[in-house]
Order: sequence, then C-alpha cells, then structure tokens
Amino acid sequence: MTERPLTEHARLDDPLDLRGYTQVGGYQAVRTALTTMAPADVVTLVKDSRIRGRGGAGFSTGLKWSFMPMGPDAPHPKYLVVNADEMEPGTFKDRLLLEGTPHQMIEAVIVSAYAIEADVAYIFLRGEYKVAEERLNRAIREAYDTGYLGKNILGSGYSLDCYVHTSAGRYICGEETALLNALEGKRAIPRSKPPFPQTSGLWGKPTIVNNVETLCNIPHIINHGKDWFLKLSLTTSGGTKLYGVSGKVKTPGTWELPMGTTAREIIEQHAGGMQDGLRLRGFLPGGASTDFLTPDHLDVMMGFDAVQAAGSRLGTGTMIILDDKTCPVGMVRNMIAFFAHESCGWCTPCREGLPWLEKLLAAIEEGRGTEQDLHILDEHVRLLGPGMTYCALAPGAMAPLGSALIHFREDFERHIREKRCPWKH
Amino acid sequence: MTLSSETREAIKEAANHAAAGKKSACIDALLLAQRERGWIDDETIAEIAALLDMTVEDVDGVATFYNLLCRRPVGRHVIRLCTSVSCWVMGYDLLLQHLRDRHGIKPGETTPDGRFTLLPNQCLGACDRAPVFMIDDDLHVDLTPEKVDAILEKYT
Repeated sequence: MTERPLTEHARLDDPLDLRGYTQVGGYQAVRTALTTMAPADVVTLVKDSRIRGRGGAGFSTGLKWSFMPMGPDAPHPKYLVVNADEMEPGTFKDRLLLEGTPHQMIEAVIVSAYAIEADVAYIFLRGEYKVAEERLNRAIREAYDTGYLGKNILGSGYSLDCYVHTSAGRYICGEETALLNALEGKRAIPRSKPPFPQTSGLWGKPTIVNNVETLCNIPHIINHGKDWFLKLSLTTSGGTKLYGVSGKVKTPGTWELPMGTTAREIIEQHAGGMQDGLRLRGFLPGGASTDFLTPDHLDVMMGFDAVQAAGSRLGTGTMIILDDKTCPVGMVRNMIAFFAHESCGWCTPCREGLPWLEKLLAAIEEGRGTEQDLHILDEHVRLLGPGMTYCALAPGAMAPLGSALIHFREDFERHIREKRCPWKH
Repeated sequence: MTLSSETREAIKEAANHAAAGKKSACIDALLLAQRERGWIDDETIAEIAALLDMTVEDVDGVATFYNLLCRRPVGRHVIRLCTSVSCWVMGYDLLLQHLRDRHGIKPGETTPDGRFTLLPNQCLGACDRAPVFMIDDDLHVDLTPEKVDAILEKYT
C-alpha cells in the first residue's frame, strides 16, 4: 500500500479523468461508504484515525464532525463546505491536490458529505485558481454523469449536489464563518461564535467547513483503515502531510511526507538545502501567520504538538525560509502590510493597529525608526494577540512580528542605530 | 452603460438559483458583470441592485470589499503581480522596477495605450516558482525582467 496516498496519482500537467481515476482505485471509498457503512461509522472511523485539520488550526476532524446534528430530526438542508481558498502567504499545497487530482477532491467530498448527511457541498475556491476551477467543474460533470453525484447515489438512497464557488478574493475568507458570509454573497466579516457552523452555518443551517488536504485523506482512511493511517505518521496524529518550502533554497517545492518529518530533512534533503553562499537564519513553519523558528529548531518534528512545543504552529506546513542576506525587518514589514490590507475592518484593534504597525516597520526599515518604536511594537504584539480581537487574523499577524522581535531583535536595533537598512547599499 | 441582455439573464438565473433569496447572488452578479467589461461602474452597481432587490450601498459595500473586483477602469489586460512574502524574498521588487522603467506603469496604473493595468496581488499560491504574476487568467512563474518582456509581447 502506498505511503503517499494523496499525491500518488497527482498529475499536474494532465490529471486523471474519471475513467483513469477509477482504474487506479478511485471512487472505491464512495462504494464502500455508501453501500456498507452508516454515516456514524464513517465519523467514528475518522475520529479513530486521529486526523487533524490541515488548514492551519489543527482541530480534530472527527470531533468537528461529531458536533453535527444527525438523524431524522436534524434541520435540513445541511452543508459541507470545502475551504479551497488557499490564501495564506507562502502556502501552495492545496493547489497541487486541486489541479493534480480533481477526482480525489470530488470523491473526498462525497464520502465526507455522506458522513455528516449533507445535502449540498460547496467547494469555495480562490478566484485566482483558474486551472483548478476548470478541472474541478469537469470532474463534477463526470461524477454526475456516472451517478456518483446527484440523486440516489449507487442506489444507496443518499443524494448530494456539489458546486464550485469561486471567491472574489479576500484572505479573511479562509476564516470559516467569514467564508460562510462570502458564500451568502455578503462582505466576508467573521461571525461571532457560538453558535458554531455545525449548529448554525450557511443560511443558518448545520454546516461543516474543512480544508482541501484534510478531506482528501478521508477516502484513503475508508479504503485502508485507521491502523494503516496512523502508521503513516511519525506522531500520535495520523497521516502524511504535504510539506512545502519556498525562499532561497536550491529546490523549492511540495512533498508528501510522513507527518512529523523533521524540518532538517524537509529543508536539507527535499528542498536541497540553502542556495550557495547563503545561510539559514530562520523559517516560518507553516505560512505567514506562524512564529519564526531558528536553525536551533531544525530537528523539531513538523507535527502539531512538537511545533507548538517549539513555540510556533504547524499551520499549513509550508515553510518560508529567511536567509542571512535577506532583511528580517523588511520580511516582517511585507507580512504586516499583507495582514493590514486583508483586515476586514470589523474590529478596531485589527483595523487600526495593523496599519500603524506597518508604518512603524516601514520607518524602522527605512532608517527613520526610534527606540520608542520598538516598545510600541512589543506592546502591540500583546494588544493584537489572542483574545484581544474578533477573530484570529490579528493574532496570526502578531506571530511573525512577535517572534522576529525576539529572535532578530538585534537586526531591528541595528536599523535604528545606523539609521538605514544594513542589507541595502 | 448598461449590461448586455446575456449578462442580465445570467444574473437573474444566479438569483433564482440562490438558496436563500436573490441577495446571495450578489458576488456572482458582480463577477459576471466584471467579466463583460473588465470593471464595475456606478451604473452597473445600480443595475445589479435593482435586479437583486438590494440598495446601491449594499451592493457597493460588497463590490469594494473584494480584491478581485475592480471599481475603476482597467486596461485590456490585467497584470496581477504577487507581492506576498515568498515573492518578496525572491525579489519581486526587481519586476516592479522593470515594469516602471520599461513599461511606464506603477501599481494601480494603466499604460497610456490602455493595454495593461498593473495591480499588486496577494500570494498567488505558486511560492516554489517565485516571483510570479498572472496576466488575465494565466499564471507566469520563475519571472525575471527579461522574461517579463517576452511574456508581455504575447498580450496585444
């Protein structure tokens, strides 16, 4: 059995059509789940596989599903929403699954929707992912034509409709309740929780939102079982992980590896190590909203718990590399500018705080910063941190800033002292 | 300027299909309108508002929220240059400089001949091939100033 279930049949240039996908074992999980398992059996299996969400937060997928009201008394229609709005800076893993194996995505949608007894599934896709849009729509058409979507799938009595919704573009749509507002045609402002989407989600109905990579694992868990899935991982949480590396390494890319592979193996072996003449200074383990780790952390296993113990988050598992000839202040400024632009504007600390921080960082990078500015930055890391804002956008933004202020403080001070960016000539 | 009857019909269909009232077709309607002429003017906002039983202010609130919806005129082709962190590390500023020096456009500007509008864009999800940009629906990767010139040639 394969050790790379998600990408074994991924073909970016020419993905398998329904026929080809079926020939390599595709849609077997739909057959198994819909004709031999009750929805509750699928939920239990997923819970036992100990899969945690691959979108950034790492919540237990089985537990999330178990909050869904089930049975004849549950309100309908119920919805499954695939979060395919890959907008975390430095993240490029879901694109591989969406473009490379569109039928795997559709199969994942069907078995997952069945598990929560959803009537309709939406794939909420980034507007910029044009190739994925075309391929997913083609795969959906093929699945309808073959009877994997629509009414009474495989004579099971279960019916499901599936649509691709392309986003008009905003980072906050990755937050699940903001995403639901966007699906409803509104400004994507996060909703207050509770109620959670499982009880009151899309149009007030029970809804589950899951990441692309998370869901693509489900057919394989159904096909091969929880023990196989747990063994794929080097950690207590099951499965493989799509890891990525970008920045000045020799061979940037994406690789499906056992969950818990060390940062060293990913950077030095798979990404080929640093480009000639450059040294590693730090890395963001899983996108722009994770804390910097340093070369001291290279032997940390890139699993949920170990990365957290090291002071960061696994996030999306796609690393961004800081080399010794790139200015850490400039890099953080770029990320804070992103978060300031993408703040939805709903709550004051985020709307007002992030642009101010962007201005302070610009001043420091351009040699106009003062000691006082550093204190203001420190204070805002706390004021925009967890619990102080409406959603997780601002706390996410504080992760690279707060950790840079710790690990690269001397670089900030040098800009202020020398009144210039030491990396610019 | 009013929408074509084709686009009006497509918007009406999206509105009828919407699960919870016409309003939920608002983003779809704006995207459909933009597909027709590249950007969304005030008349279009009013037309969509009338079609979906919404106020002009509500429609404009949605239109101005999303990055991919343009409320100002754009050229025949839109260049969306990724300005997020991996492309920053890999030197997208060289591309910006080149587009300014060689083609005379800064972010937010359109070439005098109306051929290209340059817009900064959030992470395009192709970080292993940085720096990158999209022109209209096409992604272009591993960019250098020299490559940019050759690519731009293809869009007339």
